[in-house]
Amino acid sequence: MINYLTYLTTIFNDASEPWQLGFQDSAAPGFTGIVTLHNTIGFYLIVISFSVFWVIMSVIYYYSSSKNPIAYKYLTHGTVLELVWTITPALILIAIAFPSFRLLYLMDEVISPTLTIKVVGHQWYWSYEYSDFITDSGDSIDFDSYMIPESDLELGQFRLLDVDNRLIVPVDCHIRLIITGSDVLHSFAVPSLGLKLDAVPGRLNQVSFLAERSGTFYGQCSEICGVWHGFMPIVVEAVSSPDFIVWLDSAS
Amino acid sequence: MSEVSSKYVLQTVGFDARFPNTNQTRNCFQNYTDYFKCISAKGEDYAPCKQFKKAYHSLCPNEWISKFDDQRDNGTFPASLEP
Ligand SMILES: [Cu+2]
Repeated sequence: MINYLTYLTTIFNDASEPWQLGFQDSAAPGFTGIVTLHNTIGFYLIVISFSVFWVIMSVIYYYSSSKNPIAYKYLTHGTVLELVWTITPALILIAIAFPSFRLLYLMDEVISPTLTIKVVGHQWYWSYEYSDFITDSGDSIDFDSYMIPESDLELGQFRLLDVDNRLIVPVDCHIRLIITGSDVLHSFAVPSLGLKLDAVPGRLNQVSFLAERSGTFYGQCSEICGVWHGFMPIVVEAVSSPDFIVWLDSAS
Repeated sequence: MSEVSSKYVLQTVGFDARFPNTNQTRNCFQNYTDYFKCISAKGEDYAPCKQFKKAYHSLCPNEWISKFDDQRDNGTFPASLEP
């Protein structure tokens, strides 16, 4: 029975894999929106490419100098044609801009967050601070997140991708990230959650996201930041709210 | 599911219409200065001031907070903290 059920269980792709070309599986509404926009535009891109190439090939074929030696005498100017090929692309661009801007502003919105987490990029690791629950003694929960070196990897862990301390977030909660850098530019990116935001020293950048399912999501620093730029991965673990509270109690 | 009790409340500073953009640098700084203006006017135990403290702790990186604290101690904080 258990075996039978495992066949039905979806295994999500939450980490990059060798030679991967497509997207990772979405775990956040924002990323689902991005993928849908990409696919929709991609469909029309194919339609447009085929029609443009069809027109070009037809012109090359029917108006070649051997078949139509004096075509240039009659085909020097065509007002209607020029209007059509100017206005049509303009309309296509507008049709792309509307859903694109809608998504952009939807993702920009910080919808009454339940949790604020500060993310600080360092050369070459990330550190996370949970300071919403400041106690009277002034303690906040903060920790560094280093990549696990290849020599310490355990079976099943990802090389160059797993870290010692993961960023733990509750599932189905709007979470605000405040992202900054402490030395040089870094970029906090987690594809499955649709996150990519620069970590700029002296500036605080804000993004909001919501994890729709529990899971472990992998990402990497996405702004070249020095020799070990490729060795400061990001691991976000989304857990249920009760589990998150339990973790919070144990972490402080 | 059993009820989990915790000393923590999942709650954070809400949206602030003065800072609607991605850039929240000023949000952190404003709440920090507002807190110290608030306590120098009303005293450390005045409860409404606590909101500013919660806000700047949620928004400012700990490194920034300790730097601001040092600047206040040295009198080099780049804003007036007088009410
Ligand atoms: Cu980096």
